[in-house]
Amino acid sequence: MKKIALLLAVLMFVFTGCAGNVKNDPSKPLAGTTIYVYNWGDYIAEDTIERFTKETGIKVIYETFDSNETMYAKYKSGAVNYDVLIPSDYMIEKLIAENELLPLNFDNIPNAKYIDESFRNLGYDPENKYSVPYFWGTLGILYNKKMVQEEVDSWDILWDSKYKGQIIMMDSVRDTFAVALKRLGYSLNSTDKAQVDEAVASLIEQAPLVQAYLMDQVKDKMIGEEAALAVIYSGEAVYTSEYNENLEYAVPKEGTNFFVDAMVIPKTCQNKEAAEAFINFMNDPQIAYNNTKYVGYSTPHTEARDMLDEEIKNNPAAYPPQEIIDKCEVFVDLGPEMTVYYNDKWNELKASLR
Amino acid sequence: MVKRGIEKLYLGLIMLFLYAPILTLIVFSFNDSKSRAKWGGFTLKWYKNMLNDPMISKSIYYTLLIALLAAVISTVIGTLAAIGIHVMKKKTKTVVLNVTYLPVLNPDIVTGIAFMLFFVAIGLKLGFTSMLIAHITFNIPYVILNILPKLSSLNKYTYEAALDLGAHPMQAIWKVIIPEIMPNIITGFLLAFTLSLDDFIISYFTTGSGVTNLSITIYTMTRRGIKPEINAVSTVMFLSILILLLIINKRSEKNNKKLGGVNV
Amino acid sequence: MNRKWLAAPYLVWMVIFIVVPLVMIFYYAFTAKDAGGLRFTFEHLIKAFDSKYLIALWKSLLYAFIATVICLVLAYPLALILAKHSKGGSVTLFIFILPMWMNFLLRTYAWLSLLETNNGLLNTFLRALHLPVLDIIGTPSAIVLGMVYNFLPFMVLPIYNSLAKIDKSVMEAAYDLGANDFQRLLRVTIPLSMPGVMSGITMVFMPAVTSFVIPNLLGNGKVNLIGNIIEQQFLLTYDWGFGAALSLVLMIMILISMAVMQRSDEDMEGGAGLW
Repeated sequence: MKKIALLLAVLMFVFTGCAGNVKNDPSKPLAGTTIYVYNWGDYIAEDTIERFTKETGIKVIYETFDSNETMYAKYKSGAVNYDVLIPSDYMIEKLIAENELLPLNFDNIPNAKYIDESFRNLGYDPENKYSVPYFWGTLGILYNKKMVQEEVDSWDILWDSKYKGQIIMMDSVRDTFAVALKRLGYSLNSTDKAQVDEAVASLIEQAPLVQAYLMDQVKDKMIGEEAALAVIYSGEAVYTSEYNENLEYAVPKEGTNFFVDAMVIPKTCQNKEAAEAFINFMNDPQIAYNNTKYVGYSTPHTEARDMLDEEIKNNPAAYPPQEIIDKCEVFVDLGPEMTVYYNDKWNELKASLR
Repeated sequence: MVKRGIEKLYLGLIMLFLYAPILTLIVFSFNDSKSRAKWGGFTLKWYKNMLNDPMISKSIYYTLLIALLAAVISTVIGTLAAIGIHVMKKKTKTVVLNVTYLPVLNPDIVTGIAFMLFFVAIGLKLGFTSMLIAHITFNIPYVILNILPKLSSLNKYTYEAALDLGAHPMQAIWKVIIPEIMPNIITGFLLAFTLSLDDFIISYFTTGSGVTNLSITIYTMTRRGIKPEINAVSTVMFLSILILLLIINKRSEKNNKKLGGVNV
Repeated sequence: MNRKWLAAPYLVWMVIFIVVPLVMIFYYAFTAKDAGGLRFTFEHLIKAFDSKYLIALWKSLLYAFIATVICLVLAYPLALILAKHSKGGSVTLFIFILPMWMNFLLRTYAWLSLLETNNGLLNTFLRALHLPVLDIIGTPSAIVLGMVYNFLPFMVLPIYNSLAKIDKSVMEAAYDLGANDFQRLLRVTIPLSMPGVMSGITMVFMPAVTSFVIPNLLGNGKVNLIGNIIEQQFLLTYDWGFGAALSLVLMIMILISMAVMQRSDEDMEGGAGLW
């Protein structure tokens, strides 16, 4: 017992004692401050935080979340005063609508100039006041070319009975409804109940053909050739093709969802300049490149993209041509009533299975 | 003879069932591929990498610390509670037991959010303490559930005999009751420790200030794919505990032989 | 000194950390906020009785029940064997808890690697032997298997504890009175182990009903259980009132099921006392 206590004490000492000393260093005006950053799990290169602290003296308390919704729940409860959040488009829009975000002082974020033009002034932050994009991607169809001999260019292929039991859809309300709505020619942000009902009916019709509704497991299933077709994010498609060269990615002609994860500063921020310094650091070309290389998703940072290997930067799955992007829509927050409606319909779909 | 053979077979099958996934994970920790669907060759690199990741080291540290503290504290409180509850009148007993079950009954997410709201309402900043309190709370019912049945099968008169012989109530409890229920206390402790190790949702909503545990780290990785270093970490943790237990057991067997006593 | 006061620290803890949060759930379940302010309402509760939720509730209770029964059937002989040879010491017991020390999500992923239809280890093996493959992932059987796997140790432990301490002289007395092995099992052992059995059932059934990770992974996301729906309410639709109402309905259903099972344990020796 004593030995364990001693060991624990030593461990605690070692871990906490590593906080280090703070001196007054004129080149590091913000040294000694601490910021709280809340990001997706495994969404940053391993040494980025360390490098940031070394360069600026600012300490980072870093937390991770697994979905926009759990992030929102935790944030709203006021339990922790976050300085930087990295949510997705529709969530950013929701936070802006609820007056939760602080406008950014771009004088403190000069590196924002590296963000590609087409990523500014997007629907969720039209005046580009509150956010700096971090990663983006599209939603599309991943298919195994050994099992699918025809051209894949439409969402219709997921309703083709030829592939019964070989189709994987996403276990996510918005993404799956987006597929159904786009296929019918509607907006994936539709608030028209009749359109939503039609989309759900088509999904119920499709259900017998679907092998599974999955989230992250899609990747391993496709690599293992458990299915022929799957709905997937572009970043994940790039990952899977590394492990199975039979896998190809396509964005259907009806259009699809285009998502962006961006950095924002919520109003609980205790130290805005330090938070802005962090965002600036993340957009330093070398750091942005490191992050992109590690995470594997598509970057909006022009310099970072330039530094990538030829193979990746010209990969149409990761960096589709403009005409494809023109057909894409960003998710928009539907408002409480429609959110409940979508969700109820989703449960109806699930209840009708088997 | 045949009976003994069947028994061994049955034990073996159950062990296989319980350990098949564990063995699979251990094998995957040597897989030179980030995907579990593809075997990329044998490698030790995940073991080399695993401690370089600050997130993982931090997670392991907090996971073990919280699990240990929560298990110890909940075992103490729970044991005392079980002894007390056991002698309560039927009505009080019913009420207390039903309330005790609530954390077990409730879906984790409800417990987690209820706690979060509660902590915010009383102004407790989320972090180590709040997570510890939450863990202790959901562990105690399991400790009680393990000890209570045993208390009812104890010989009621040994305790009173001890009192008659002049023992102070606390002495009687310490020397008579506790030794009898010690195996259950240990089981309760182990159960509490195990539950704390693996908890995600409740921990997620009751922690903050950078305090995280292994479960949270793993679950938040799922969107991006779980890093193989996690398999390596899990394998190491598993094997260390296994070895530790074997050592403890060897020791207690030696002790038992010396005392010539019956023990579990 | 009355022993019941030993429970005092716990009682205080209980009131603060269990009762108060519970009150908050009631608060959310029965109130709604709108333009007129806060008001008392039954609307959340009524919504919970819509067929799609009742189906999910029913499935959750059903699968949890089946999983509990299977756990009991598997665990009892196991506990008997372990108790009989308890000279093996606590190691044998620890060996059954040990798997739970590896993260639950990882172990469930491992089951996928083992049981998947095309790429899974088991089926690759079966195919090599020209045996029919086991297409189980995505079916309710996989979900029940996942539940049994996850909760089996919770059933084994309390039963084992109950059995290990049955007074040997009681067993011998039964023998002397002419009982054969089977009669002894039925008339003496099983009744004496009931408290442990009830504990085990409690520790398995309740968490099983609210699990949602298992159906998502092993059920291929096709089975919506009550745990999934409640999670949605708190995280997706933000309808905490409805989420709380569903939780309440769930709690009551479980308490009722437990009460029915408790009829056989009059003195609440199992510690699972209800009513």
